[in-house]
Amino acid sequence: MDFKNANELLDLCKKHDLPISEVMRQREIVEGEKEADTVHDAMARVLEIMKNAAFTPIKEPVRSMGGLIGGEAKKIASRYHSGFGICGDLLEKSMIYAMATLETNASMGLIVASPTAGSAGIVPGLLLGLQEVHKLDDEQIIQALFNASAIGYLAMRNATVAGAVGGCQAEVGVASAMAASAIVELLGGDPEQCLGAASTVLMNMLGLVCDPVGGLVEYPCQNRNAAGVANAIIAAEISLSGIHQLIPFDEMLNAMYIVGKRLPAELRETAQGGCAATPSACAACGGCA
Amino acid sequence: MSFISAFDVMGPNMIGPSSSHTAGAARIAFLARKMLNSTLKKVQFTLYGSFAKTYHGHGTDRALLGGIMGFGTDDMRIRDSFEIAKDIGLDFSFVPNEIETDVHPNTVDILMTNENGNHILIRGESLGGGKARICRINDVEVDFTGEYSTLIVIQKDKPGVVTYITKCLSDQGVNIAFMRLFRESKGNTAYSIVESDGLLPENIAEEIRKSPNVSDVMIIQL
Repeated sequence: MDFKNANELLDLCKKHDLPISEVMRQREIVEGEKEADTVHDAMARVLEIMKNAAFTPIKEPVRSMGGLIGGEAKKIASRYHSGFGICGDLLEKSMIYAMATLETNASMGLIVASPTAGSAGIVPGLLLGLQEVHKLDDEQIIQALFNASAIGYLAMRNATVAGAVGGCQAEVGVASAMAASAIVELLGGDPEQCLGAASTVLMNMLGLVCDPVGGLVEYPCQNRNAAGVANAIIAAEISLSGIHQLIPFDEMLNAMYIVGKRLPAELRETAQGGCAATPSACAACGGCA
Repeated sequence: MSFISAFDVMGPNMIGPSSSHTAGAARIAFLARKMLNSTLKKVQFTLYGSFAKTYHGHGTDRALLGGIMGFGTDDMRIRDSFEIAKDIGLDFSFVPNEIETDVHPNTVDILMTNENGNHILIRGESLGGGKARICRINDVEVDFTGEYSTLIVIQKDKPGVVTYITKCLSDQGVNIAFMRLFRESKGNTAYSIVESDGLLPENIAEEIRKSPNVSDVMIIQL
């Protein structure tokens, strides 16, 4: 039950008539030599940590270690609850949870790197937002996390999820692709539609640079986690509408990887370009390298 | 290529904010502590590259100190590791080194001193995604990750010692996944690093220590 690329994953899904999540779950049991219960409990623990990280800062905002962020999730939540929010229930809730998770992360709280700490808000943000809006139970979300894992695994195996190697498109981009694929499955899409959505995300975030102010996982990371959620929703909607993507996931992933490697070093997590090099950013972090 | 698990993607479960600067740092110190067979009294962390520049904002210092006290990457006590270390009377310090640049960008040297005043120096690199490797013990370049149960033998570089070690292992039914030998120079101190699936038998260190050519044995259990 192993696969090296999205093409092989699709073949397995077709051959066994299984969704992506189930192929990935069985891969973990068979190839990872683990008990089904162990695998389930570990993913249930992932969801538990995700919920705490996403919900806590809305009630109790915390200042980040570097002092650049803190309190954003609560602000958006209060605007949403006042009824003036312009994004609609799913995006409002998801972006609140995504930004809250980054607040938890930046204040040394417990999070799940999914796939990285800097992009840790997107998968939980969207899945928890969808869970509330569509009244899904925890078991459905746990299963969907295996779908997201499959996409992240392909990115780790065949490209990169490190901002230092491939820029923010590899962190937030891949996290957003994971989230898009997972919600397509939850909303009844087939494996091909999941991968189509993941491909669309990578296309729409292609070239995004990694330029953290002061070198810290705070800003613009938190905003980009909200953007990652929005991109995932757009891509899922395109895919669920039955629109076929010209470029399959494997090719899009490779394109992302090539673009990432071509990014100059100052735009790959070194805090020497992009947002990090603006005068205001330099003033805020007290002078950079 | 090693197996990439669903939990390598959805994970590690970690105290933020950075898998390389926080979780990876905690992991290195955690491994280093396991290599000390006695009570830790004093520890000095020398930080290189990106660690030296951003250690405060990333909580790298708290993570290292937490790791050295045995806290895992998801242990909330990492946040309070300064206070906890003071409470238990651990003497700790951090030294950023921005002069030496010919190292991996996320490197730390951990100098541990035990209750008898003996030192051991461990160098570790944080490789991203919470992964780490130990690349130096004292003056000898080594290479292991602690992702397997690991046996580290400090020995004389002379014929028969490796055979002796593998015999002890096979007598106890240990299946060796990887084994490598590192040395300072010919005839001096050498390190055998053995990685194995599953747990190593408790008395294996004692057995191997019986050889006059073995000066110390360390075990990092999975």
